[in-house]
Amino acid sequence: MENSQPAMLDLLRVRNDFPILGRTVTGGKRLVYLDSTATSQKPFSVIQAMNDFYQHTNANIHRGVHTLAEESTASYEGARERIAKFIGAKKAREIIYTRNTTESINLVAHSWGRNKLKAGDLVILTEMEHHSNLVPWHMLAAELNLRLEFIPVTADGLLDLTVYRELLTQSPRLVAFTQMSNVLGTINPTKEIIALAHQAGALTLVDGAQSVPHLPVDVQDLDCDFLAFSAHKMLGPTGIGALYGKEALLDAMPPFLGGGDMIKKVYLRSFTPNELPHKFEAGTPAIAEAIGFGAAVDYLTNLGMENVARHEHSIISYALEALNEVDGLKVFGPTADYKGGVASFTLAGVHPHDIAQILDSEGIAVRAGHHCAMPLHEKFNLPATTRASFYVYNTIEEVDLLVAGLGKVQQIFG
Amino acid sequence: MDDLYRQVIIERYKMPLYRGELDPHDISFEDENPLCGDHIRIDLRVDANGIVTEALFSGHGCAISQASADLLVESVIGKRVDDVKTLTKQDVLDNLGIDLGPVRLKCALLPLKVLKAGVYGLGEANDELVEE
Repeated sequence: MENSQPAMLDLLRVRNDFPILGRTVTGGKRLVYLDSTATSQKPFSVIQAMNDFYQHTNANIHRGVHTLAEESTASYEGARERIAKFIGAKKAREIIYTRNTTESINLVAHSWGRNKLKAGDLVILTEMEHHSNLVPWHMLAAELNLRLEFIPVTADGLLDLTVYRELLTQSPRLVAFTQMSNVLGTINPTKEIIALAHQAGALTLVDGAQSVPHLPVDVQDLDCDFLAFSAHKMLGPTGIGALYGKEALLDAMPPFLGGGDMIKKVYLRSFTPNELPHKFEAGTPAIAEAIGFGAAVDYLTNLGMENVARHEHSIISYALEALNEVDGLKVFGPTADYKGGVASFTLAGVHPHDIAQILDSEGIAVRAGHHCAMPLHEKFNLPATTRASFYVYNTIEEVDLLVAGLGKVQQIFG
Repeated sequence: MDDLYRQVIIERYKMPLYRGELDPHDISFEDENPLCGDHIRIDLRVDANGIVTEALFSGHGCAISQASADLLVESVIGKRVDDVKTLTKQDVLDNLGIDLGPVRLKCALLPLKVLKAGVYGLGEANDELVEE
């Protein structure tokens, strides 16, 4: 078992760091958690960091001068610095705390989009976007009369870059796309897409909800203008995410939400906005969650993102081979070399809901549905798929359990 | 759990007895569960006395939703339309003979939601139709 893991993770030690993996479900079955693309599990260090905050430090940030307020502010801002370093940002002030990826994208749409775009302007998206990178643009397009065009997805689950190059001749203002599909697992040629966008004079927004947790991501190397991601998909808590933006862009953008902390001065009839990053952080933020986010980044940094990616590559390679042996099963998306640890599939004659339900009876947690990507499912003419996704704590043995579970599904529906 | 996939549910899913469309029909309604893409249409023929004489369902979805539709449609044939209006969540669960959690309950209740929206002549189905 150990030998079949070519990656450099000490899997046994990693698994011991996640208390939830010790629990059983549905009548004593050991939990096999294959739904990390929806949300990841949390290591003890993240849970402990948030507990510690509430037990020893809790105070509001930035305004107090008492000991707790100083410590709280230092922890909150310290986490921001480590998050900035984790994605290779030049400065911590380029990291805006948000609630999640969705809010990060909405921030760009509202603050940058609403002020910089005008009727007829073109925004390029892709057919493989999560609803969170579609709907904010639908809403803005309706408001401003923007044009939306989409990079098509090929039958292999890759972006059609020939069509993308054609679209770029129409002077787009923004290219907003996912670095890694939450359904197909496709890892897009992000650096190339960004360079081409810049040549065409467009800015770029990268949806990093799936890539930042699973791959080494360096915003300076990518040269992206914005990067949106969520803590809860990368071992951190729910309720906190981040928007990275190039400093000059963020500086030139008007505030998003109004309230406390985002202001420098307030008069009865006006205000002056605060500096970055506080300009975009109105009201008391999710302080404990930000600290948990920092602990998650520490945990991943200690593992090494190269090792994380290598581990997942070995699992998905094994999983694709094993799943292809199952009669009537079809996995969507590219081969293992072009994708992360996500396998969305159909099984002839059985609805994804029923597959997920029967797997649950074996203790196996997978996702069934359209995974917040209805247009992509429509493209492949599927009402729904079943999705198994893998992370740092998953093992080859769990893939075998999945395959065995699918055998039970076929037996019941046989 | 194995109880959930009782023989009758698997059988009705794989070989439904009341699958199809009625043309012409007196009542027809369709709706879907956007979360999972389940889609159900139910067609009824009603005689001059207000009695359902024929009923069929069509659409696609999981075993629970499809079996629920087949059993529900079977149960309304011969019933007065006024009685169909009073069918409840419990009637559906009794048909299926299982207990369901909140997520799968939506699958089981979609056919009832469609049926009731149809017999009440509503423009749109809503969850209140199947809350009790």
